[in-house]
Amino acid sequence: MTRPIKILVAKIGLDGHDRGAKVIARALRDAGMEVVYTGLHQTADSVVNSAIQEDVDFIGISILSGAHMTVFPKVLNLLKEKRASDIVVFGGGIIPDEDISELGKLGVKKIFTPGAATTECIEWIKQEFSSED
Amino acid sequence: MTSEKRKNWETTSKSDGERKTFFKTLSDIDIPTLAEENSQLSSKNEDKLGYPGQYPFTRGVRANGYRSRLWTMRQFAGYGDPDDTNKRFHFLLTQGQTGLSTAFDMPSLMGYDPNHPLSEGEVGREGVSLATIEDMERLFKGIDLTKVTTSMTINCSASPVLAMYFALGKRRGYSLNNMGGTIQNDILKEYIAQKEWICPPAPAVRIVCDMIEYCSINAKRFNPVSISGYHIREAGATAVQELAFTLYNGITYAEECVKRGLHIDSFAAGLSFFWDVHNDFFEEIAKFRAGRRMWAKFMKERFGALEPRSQMLRTHAQTAGVSLTAQQPLNNIARVALQAAAAVLGGTQSLHTNAMDETLSLPTENAVRVALRTQQIIAHETGIADTVDPLAGSYYVEWLTDQVEAQALDLIDKLDKMGGMVRAIDIGFPQKEISESAYQFQMELEAGNRTIVGVTDFKEDTDSQKIPLHKVSLEVEKNRIEEFNAFLKQRSETKAQEMLGLVRQACINETNLMNILVDAVESGVTLGEVCKIYREVFGEYRDPGFV
Repeated sequence: MTRPIKILVAKIGLDGHDRGAKVIARALRDAGMEVVYTGLHQTADSVVNSAIQEDVDFIGISILSGAHMTVFPKVLNLLKEKRASDIVVFGGGIIPDEDISELGKLGVKKIFTPGAATTECIEWIKQEFSSED
Repeated sequence: MTSEKRKNWETTSKSDGERKTFFKTLSDIDIPTLAEENSQLSSKNEDKLGYPGQYPFTRGVRANGYRSRLWTMRQFAGYGDPDDTNKRFHFLLTQGQTGLSTAFDMPSLMGYDPNHPLSEGEVGREGVSLATIEDMERLFKGIDLTKVTTSMTINCSASPVLAMYFALGKRRGYSLNNMGGTIQNDILKEYIAQKEWICPPAPAVRIVCDMIEYCSINAKRFNPVSISGYHIREAGATAVQELAFTLYNGITYAEECVKRGLHIDSFAAGLSFFWDVHNDFFEEIAKFRAGRRMWAKFMKERFGALEPRSQMLRTHAQTAGVSLTAQQPLNNIARVALQAAAAVLGGTQSLHTNAMDETLSLPTENAVRVALRTQQIIAHETGIADTVDPLAGSYYVEWLTDQVEAQALDLIDKLDKMGGMVRAIDIGFPQKEISESAYQFQMELEAGNRTIVGVTDFKEDTDSQKIPLHKVSLEVEKNRIEEFNAFLKQRSETKAQEMLGLVRQACINETNLMNILVDAVESGVTLGEVCKIYREVFGEYRDPGFV
């Protein structure tokens, strides 16, 4: 299996904090993955559509506005509707512990919080990818 | 010619060794083991440093520093509806705060009214929700706006908000020339860093210049733009990049105003600045000092400004939000105190100190109180404010001021050669430079070359520093939409539509928008309606997504 892992790094809503999204996009690219960055101010719809069109393995959503409890469920539901639930959804940002476990139940596979190293994220993706196959 | 003592020092220094393989500032400037008297510096002391309150203002913009008057302690505040924020304003004023600073919610910042679909989930969450003249009246209820200066942090949608502020002043019978304050209104740094925009850079800069022109005639105590390094730095820039890009944005606004026929001395005094104060203590102080010297020279040499007020770089400062950690949040109090001390040693005119809990949520009242007390301790207990520019002549500080200046000038030269900032933004130059620095910093952290206490080292169970967090009620959004709809019902629809037509015409005809906006908002035109016209006439800007 030599195909590179393909990831969509996404920003949804009015939140303009993109430092983390850009750092992680670049780190994943440097780790040999194929990365598509959506740019800011996307909707859940446009993100899910690009993910399907680009045939990605993962969607990574960066969110710092506090709107995570509306954004993640929307994305997961749309993936289900469009029969694309095989795409793994994970995220990063300032998200309280109680919300993380709630999101986990809904199907978000992993949330990286402030202070997480990019290497931690890379390792997790690689592991998740090989266990899926 | 090296003295015996110098030689001895060198020998001892070598044999003692150093605890790290390299020492460098956050801007990657190599730090010498020992800064020494610099012959180049001492011969040019008068030119490079001058006296406080005199060109080139390296030592500050006031002759007596803080001995005449302390800096303005201005805590950024805003959440919920205008009444919630008004209450916080009154609390801050009773705690000894000396100026106000307004934080708006995301919909207001992006030019949407509370009832817009894109506002869902965001109304009153990260700042105050404001859409109408009535909201402005509630926001400043019981506060005399000719006595307290007010800062408003808003950019792409700043023009209708400033119009509401002035319309409120007129309602209250103030002369606009007695209303002091600042509106951020620095649209160029939005494309570079903060990413709150409506239309493309060229028409957006035109609106900024309309506001500069309007204030230079009608509201002379009001700063119509606060040219901001803060967001550039927070997005990942180094101190040098922050300085260079910010000063260049200032140059761009000045050039545009001069192009439309304004004399530099008629408006330059209204250009104010806003720096981030980060962790690298001496580099931050050097940045403030180099910035003043550079701006004075640009104003004098590039623009022929003759008035000292035009040449002075007056600045607000805020401690670096990005430097705060979610882990062990009480440690943030120490970070903020050191950063605030650097801002004061650098000679800031006003200061916001971050609350310890700001990485986690909007601050609680208690966290804000500690942040304000930190400023009061610096002002009244440490003695830092008791003499002007106490670090002048320090070998290291003067050397570093020169280094920061030289490196920022290189970057400014590059921007000149590129054909200016609007062009540079088009090709993504500042955006990519900042991303690169952010990435480098992260890689250095992960390689163990940089330390963040409580995150990369000295980690522990964060529960040991658990703190209470501020919560915004979910009711706010529902109530705001109801209020907003009620407001629309009671205004004269014919009058509002007529005024909107005039706003559209002014956009197309390139006549100054501000006069018409002040009348328009008075007759009930909303923030979202004005911004919708901007979108329609000028087009919407989309994130090019440079990585």
